[in-house]
Amino acid sequence: MSHLVILPILVPLFGSMMILFAKILNHKAQQFLSLLTVIVLNVVNIIALLKVLDSNTLVYQMGNWEAPFGITFVLDGLSVTMLLVTSLLSIGSLWYAIKSKVDGEGISFHVLFQLLIFGINGAFLTGDIFNLFVFFEVLLLSSYALALHGNGKKRVRFGLHYMIINLVGSVLFLFGIGAMYGVLGTLNIADMAVRVSELTPQNQGVVAASGLLLLLVFGLKAAMFPLYFWLPGTYSNTSAPVAAMFAIMTKVGIYSIIRVHGTIFGPLAGDLSYYYVPWVLGLGLITLILATIGIMSAKTLKEQVAYFVLASAATLQISIGINSTIAMSGAIYYLIQSTFIAGGFFLLADTIGTLRGEFKDKIVRSPKFKSIVFVGGLFFAYAIAISSMPPLAGFLGKTMILYGGLESPYMGVVFSVMIISSLLMIIALAKTGSLIFYDTQDSQESINITLPDKIYSPIIYLFSISFVLVLFANSVTNFTLKSSQEIFSTKEYISKVMQEKRDD
Amino acid sequence: MEILIALCIAFLTSGGIFLILKSRTFSVILGLMMLSYAVNVFLFAMGRLHIDKPAILQKGVTEYADPLPQALVLTAIVISFGMTAFLIVLSLRARKELDSDHVDAEGLEKNRGEKS
Repeated sequence: MSHLVILPILVPLFGSMMILFAKILNHKAQQFLSLLTVIVLNVVNIIALLKVLDSNTLVYQMGNWEAPFGITFVLDGLSVTMLLVTSLLSIGSLWYAIKSKVDGEGISFHVLFQLLIFGINGAFLTGDIFNLFVFFEVLLLSSYALALHGNGKKRVRFGLHYMIINLVGSVLFLFGIGAMYGVLGTLNIADMAVRVSELTPQNQGVVAASGLLLLLVFGLKAAMFPLYFWLPGTYSNTSAPVAAMFAIMTKVGIYSIIRVHGTIFGPLAGDLSYYYVPWVLGLGLITLILATIGIMSAKTLKEQVAYFVLASAATLQISIGINSTIAMSGAIYYLIQSTFIAGGFFLLADTIGTLRGEFKDKIVRSPKFKSIVFVGGLFFAYAIAISSMPPLAGFLGKTMILYGGLESPYMGVVFSVMIISSLLMIIALAKTGSLIFYDTQDSQESINITLPDKIYSPIIYLFSISFVLVLFANSVTNFTLKSSQEIFSTKEYISKVMQEKRDD
Repeated sequence: MEILIALCIAFLTSGGIFLILKSRTFSVILGLMMLSYAVNVFLFAMGRLHIDKPAILQKGVTEYADPLPQALVLTAIVISFGMTAFLIVLSLRARKELDSDHVDAEGLEKNRGEKS
């Protein structure tokens, strides 16, 4: 049994401890340790990816306790992708935090940052629904503190909203877990999938209801309608590197729906097989429509990007709702790209806000500002990427999702909503770009604020990942297709997790 | 006993929901606490209700209470305790910074402006 599976959880945990002790040294030591931890984490994740490419799913039983009784961690194609996306994104976010000196605004930024990664990685690896709850709480607690990092009245106000709604979500999560445990008698996801297939008809209702309760909780994390109202306020008012890191948080919800519901209510579940799918599809479509309206009506660039995060989450919800291998593989591909681009866009919006002085990132006319051509070029590149236009990866991802949607009975609605919303997004971005960069008030004196050149490197770095995704599109899509086949063949997942006890 | 426990959970939950829908942070916190108490009792009940049965293996005993929900409840209590502590600190800070204990403090300022 390889201990590799647990390393992505342990590295940030020990990293955060070390940073906590490094507080007595100085701030530089903390920054160094934080970067070191993230780089080590990336190396571990790349090794894990190679291992998964080699031997498919890896299962780790904590302390060699047998599968349904112990704590299980599962590393498969989907989870290793999510791990790598998180760690690559965290490099960009951390880099920007250090360059823009955001990390110096409070004493524990780096500790909280590592604990956030710890929680996210744990949620991606666990094969146990109660541990999913625990890791959710870990990542939420550090995210509450990170969202409030720095100062500002709005930050406190929206932080309070964010925290209260997530606490209600946690309570509902426990109700869902409790009701499921009461009927199924187990908390291991693979074992639960087996028990659901053997369920008597009179118990099906309870399990279906608690499954929907869990969907509500994951939908809250994934910002599914009607539970997305916390997202734009929280994301657009927190500091830029934290907002960039939060781009992965909605994906945690998406991942949980794919993992928990896709396995427990998978093809083996009999009457309950994929009963949640129409809910996800319908709510995802409504979310996408509302996100598009939000994008068009946003008053600041950060708010607009926050609505773009919402739109990408909605696109992923729709692709879960289409429920086919191709759509799922497109969804994983789109997820990788949209996370990096949304993260980078938050950073870019922050630099634009700084450069424009008192105009901040408001979408209004302003006098010219420094390095307007360069920043405008970056904005153009990001705008193409985030609105899923060719030649970048978002376009390929969306095309794959739509190609999968051809088989769906709701093809007409899916196609019209996705394509019209894409068009409206492009129009909104064109308006934003022309107001900020073209339509400047030339008669007035230009704004004279400069930023060090190094601050743009994390933004370019995050964008380049999207570019690499296109260059190696064939091998990446082969991998995502394989991962999505794994998601749909729950039998293999179950036998892998439950098998392990016979090997030992 | 079943009816008593069920009523207990029902009252706690409904009280909690009523309180979190109020607009002051203090009652919202109380509501969240009541909800977490309700869910703790609920988790206990999900291991089925037993009287006088051991949870740990003993000689000569054939019927046991389910030990897992008890462990789950312990975890849930610890987590909700920590979260409540954090929330109280946060709402105190919000009270200080926004000068109001309304969850949507800006809206309140507007109303106050109209009155005066």
